[in-house]
Amino acid sequence: MRIPCPICGTRDRREFTYKGAAVLLDRPSPEADAASWDAYLHLRDNPAGRTRDLWFHDAGCAAWLVVERDTISHEIFGAELLDAD
Amino acid sequence: MRIDGKGRIDRSKKISFRFDGFEYKGFSGDTLASALMGSGVRVMGRSFKYHRPRGVLTAGSEEPNALVTVRSGARTDPNTRATTQELYDGLEAVSQNRWPSLGFDLLAMNNLAAPFLGAGFYYKTFMWPKAFWERVYEPFIRRAAGLGALSGEPVDEHYEKAFAFCDVLVIGGGPAGLMAALTAGRVGANVILCNEDSEFGGNLLSEDEKIDGQDGAFWARSVIDELRAMPNVRLMARTTVTGAYDQGTFGALERVSQHVADPAGAPVECFWRIAAQRAVLCAGALERPIAFRDNDRPGVMLAGAARAYLNRWGVTPGQSVAVFANNDAAHKTARDMAAAGLHVAALIDSRTDARPGADVPFHAGAQVTRAFGSKGLEAIAVRAADGHEERFHVDALAVSGGWNPSLHLTCHTGARPVWDDDIAAFVPRPEAVPGLTVAGAARGIFDTSGCLRDGAEAGRAAAEALGLKARLPDLPDAEDAPYRIRRLWAVPGKGRAWLDFQNDVTVKDVQQAARENYRSVEHMKRYTTQGMATDQGKSSNVAALAILADATGRDIPETGTTTFRPPYHPIAIAAMGAGAQGVGFAPQRFTTSHKASVERGAPMIEAGLWYRPSYFPRPGETTWRQSCDREVAMVRETVGICDVSTLGKIDLQGADVGAFLDFVYCNTFSTLKPGRVRYGLMLREDGHVMDDGTTARLSDNQWVMTTTTAAAGEVMMHLEWVHQAFCREMDVRFISVTEQWAQFAVAGPKSRDLLNGLLDAPIDDAAFPFMQCGPVSVMGVAARLFRISFSGEHAYELAVPSRYGDSLFRELLARAEAMEGGAYGMEALNVLRIEKGHITHSEIHGRTTAFDIGFARMVSAKKDCIGKVMAARPGLQDAAREQLVGLRPVKAQARLLAGGHLFRPDEAPVRENDQGYITSVGFSPTLGEARALGFLQNGRARHGEEVKMVDHMRGVETLCEVCDPVAFDSDGGRLRG
Amino acid sequence: MAELLAKTPCSGLVPVTHGAVTLDEVAVGPITSLAPYRGQRAALSSALTETVGLGWPEPGRSTANGDARLVWTGRDQAFLLGAAPDARLGDFAAITDQSDGWAVLRIAGAGVEDVLARLMPIDLAPDRFAPGHAARTLCGHMTVSVLRLDTQAVQIMGFRSMAGTLVHELETAMAAVEARARLP
Repeated sequence: MRIPCPICGTRDRREFTYKGAAVLLDRPSPEADAASWDAYLHLRDNPAGRTRDLWFHDAGCAAWLVVERDTISHEIFGAELLDAD
Repeated sequence: MRIDGKGRIDRSKKISFRFDGFEYKGFSGDTLASALMGSGVRVMGRSFKYHRPRGVLTAGSEEPNALVTVRSGARTDPNTRATTQELYDGLEAVSQNRWPSLGFDLLAMNNLAAPFLGAGFYYKTFMWPKAFWERVYEPFIRRAAGLGALSGEPVDEHYEKAFAFCDVLVIGGGPAGLMAALTAGRVGANVILCNEDSEFGGNLLSEDEKIDGQDGAFWARSVIDELRAMPNVRLMARTTVTGAYDQGTFGALERVSQHVADPAGAPVECFWRIAAQRAVLCAGALERPIAFRDNDRPGVMLAGAARAYLNRWGVTPGQSVAVFANNDAAHKTARDMAAAGLHVAALIDSRTDARPGADVPFHAGAQVTRAFGSKGLEAIAVRAADGHEERFHVDALAVSGGWNPSLHLTCHTGARPVWDDDIAAFVPRPEAVPGLTVAGAARGIFDTSGCLRDGAEAGRAAAEALGLKARLPDLPDAEDAPYRIRRLWAVPGKGRAWLDFQNDVTVKDVQQAARENYRSVEHMKRYTTQGMATDQGKSSNVAALAILADATGRDIPETGTTTFRPPYHPIAIAAMGAGAQGVGFAPQRFTTSHKASVERGAPMIEAGLWYRPSYFPRPGETTWRQSCDREVAMVRETVGICDVSTLGKIDLQGADVGAFLDFVYCNTFSTLKPGRVRYGLMLREDGHVMDDGTTARLSDNQWVMTTTTAAAGEVMMHLEWVHQAFCREMDVRFISVTEQWAQFAVAGPKSRDLLNGLLDAPIDDAAFPFMQCGPVSVMGVAARLFRISFSGEHAYELAVPSRYGDSLFRELLARAEAMEGGAYGMEALNVLRIEKGHITHSEIHGRTTAFDIGFARMVSAKKDCIGKVMAARPGLQDAAREQLVGLRPVKAQARLLAGGHLFRPDEAPVRENDQGYITSVGFSPTLGEARALGFLQNGRARHGEEVKMVDHMRGVETLCEVCDPVAFDSDGGRLRG
Repeated sequence: MAELLAKTPCSGLVPVTHGAVTLDEVAVGPITSLAPYRGQRAALSSALTETVGLGWPEPGRSTANGDARLVWTGRDQAFLLGAAPDARLGDFAAITDQSDGWAVLRIAGAGVEDVLARLMPIDLAPDRFAPGHAARTLCGHMTVSVLRLDTQAVQIMGFRSMAGTLVHELETAMAAVEARARLP
């Protein structure tokens, strides 16, 4: 598996660490109800198809990436920085 | 036997080798199989289950029969295919799976018991009595059924792994692969051409065939010469591409030094990970046999293999031969054999309308019904088209049931192949692996001319996909005979007809599986073990599938197919794990004081990747406890020195560091004044404790955070996550400085005295109170001083640039020893902190909260932080939760054990009554008794109560008193003093 | 009073030579990490040009001026080697002394890519990783910063504490590549 790091170029998977679904970016406000926090922390879709996942390029540039890929074909559509500007 | 004037071996170079103790001679260019055949050896192995004598079936890595063990001692390499082992002077090989010898194998009695040993035999027979499986049946079966054995000695040879990158990976160096590489290489693409064989040319090496009027192998060599001259082309011989993975990644096994007697430090094998933009699979095709009664007799081999032995190595499996086929291609074997002067007794073609392709006795519409001769073929029975049976006395039979494209890699990412009725074989599904195209015989094009064209076109397409302008090279003239075949999988009749030679699966076994309702090909495969041997059924899967289809009244596409998974060819674990032995297993991290610690006899223990001193033994001390007790007392009474550089250190700068720290720590940091240090607790978003440590504010703009040794990497990644995901607008920059600073704890009542002897300007309590930090100069070197304490004593941590670490450590020790102090190790450090109730990752082990460790009040109510919301969940605040407590044994000498569980004294020590557990234990010389930290339900309210610790594993039960975690100097007077 | 003695990270470990390839420690002088504050990258680059004559490097690249070199080392981060940073740079970037944190090795000789291919999962062919190119990647299990110095020399920076393992891994690869070249 190879991930196209927007900073370093395409690199072998061994340089990256996986965190989980990109919904982790949507942190609820401290005032949000328990159900929102529960969903944020624990509830995940398990799609057969496109997913958006978080990967950390820890053996590279140290950027966190959202990688969009397909869980069936394993195709990787792209990767973007969290703070792309 | 050898045939004069045939073959591409170098007859001027004679090579001696040994097989089963006998010495033989071969020639340079031989494989072990060709050399044995040249020496008249017919039996090269015994079959897996029935121990039937077996000869060579193929001329390649797909060989199911001729598996031998080469070399000896630690270099023993079992299950080596004699067909691919290149001959070298002094090669030693022995046969496998026979006892006592290859010629006389006692376990061949299995063969006589064959009626009872069919498919499912093990599953049905060894059921009773149940206890016998492990004790009797399994060890016996293991002995009886098997392949070669490992030496049991550690591997002392070098294996390696490596990475390679290319624009176009061409897999296979036959006619199609050569043209693909040439076409892409000529327009400048970076090409890697992998060839399983030691020599490039593929089938051209095995055929008596002309290309552009010249010898096919000669033409291949001229192409290779051109490719070798291209700087953008890399030729990898002896390299089998074993797997196709996602995003153009391929695995490949290179046999680096299997062909020499002494590798002299070179790797035996190298496992390559190749990343390719495009790939062209030109792996050729594998021939398959036709099943008939006793078709596994030594001397029965595939027709293409017989041609290869004749044309490439100048050997023949027999002097009087017959050919049996269902296709035209195999007629070339009869032609070449006759031309070489061998007696071709019969060319038998099962097709009634077949035309003879050689000037030999021809039998259209006939079938071989049986082979005779136990240790070597003696005769065959042939049933002619009109039904009458005839017997031919031959010592070799070349068989061809057609060819299967080598499409294995196209299935590695999940695609299934497609049935092609015209060639009666599976062909690759287009676009099966993104970026990979298939050319030549691997997609069912079997004439040389077609392969050359197809390879060139695939090479051009690959180059064009990369944006290169490519054109087809001139295509040379080559053989273009059409491939005609009519299906024949098995000749009907009595007796056993073999499909899978390596796992001893017969036509009957497959039919029996179908009768017992294992109709799915996946079920049939597992029930019969068809295709599950080390050759993965390369020459048998399709026939077995066809027979299952027949037996279940379905056609082949309806019956389906098993898929192929990596690796294409077995890979030694030593190659897969190359580089991971010894130091290669994990990096060793050494502190700057490592050498001085080892010089003082300190046993080093692993702390993550770091090595830290356990204790520093002194003369007269014979146990670690004596050293540890002394070191604890030393810190409490005078001064101790400990290297704490392994703690993670992170330098933070920027206007928003305070705000950022407020968000990652549960307590507040933005109020910290420059020159001050604060203890912080970091939570995970789920409300549990992640890590703890101190953070110092060195100046307005610069802070330095410490993490625990264990969590340094995790915390760094967490900070990056929080910053990039949630705090993008904050102006904060951070970087690890763990390696930059060598940091030493100087702890004990005399710590300041010691420091003042070293510092260029002395410090006092007013300038340097508890939790103060600042720049100092130590012996002329700019350093940092922190007044912090893990031991509970008046203590400091002194940090210098790492280059001075070794020197400073020695200086500190010399001065401490002059004050009756000295170095202390991890054991003493642990006891000191247990006495003080200080936590480590034994306590913050991932399932404990700030509430559990008694730090609930640290979670600031005034601000949000990671983990705050979830830490407030009712379940995480419940009094019944297990809370941090101290424990002491009621009887002085009783043992406390980390990992022991806590129960009420009057309750049975069973899970339902479990009240908690012990996390850390040490003997406190200060208190004269063992002290432990642990977690106990509602523990903070139970100080003074008695509980019993039970350790079922070690059979220990101890009555304990619950107490405050802080057992020593609970008002902290010593650390402020 | 005695003085504190300085030790380099690889003292006693190098130089080592196998065949045409030599591994040695390099004294690059001061190493300083620079990380521009929010919105200050351009200002930092100008200040760098003024003070050390070096522009801010693009990702995967380095800039050089005499012995001073600015090597890209990560997202919004570069290391200044061989020159002390001017105090003015602190207005635009976080500046951290890293001089003692890194083992700096130079591996050089014909076939140096073959040695590194045993350990690093990136393409280091001289036409694709040209002089001046820089990367962060793995060397075996260790994270490193790699810089192409010239067509036959590569600089590898690894953590000081792992210098022993780093040298061991490189030396093992060097010996194997040399032994392989001797095979028939």
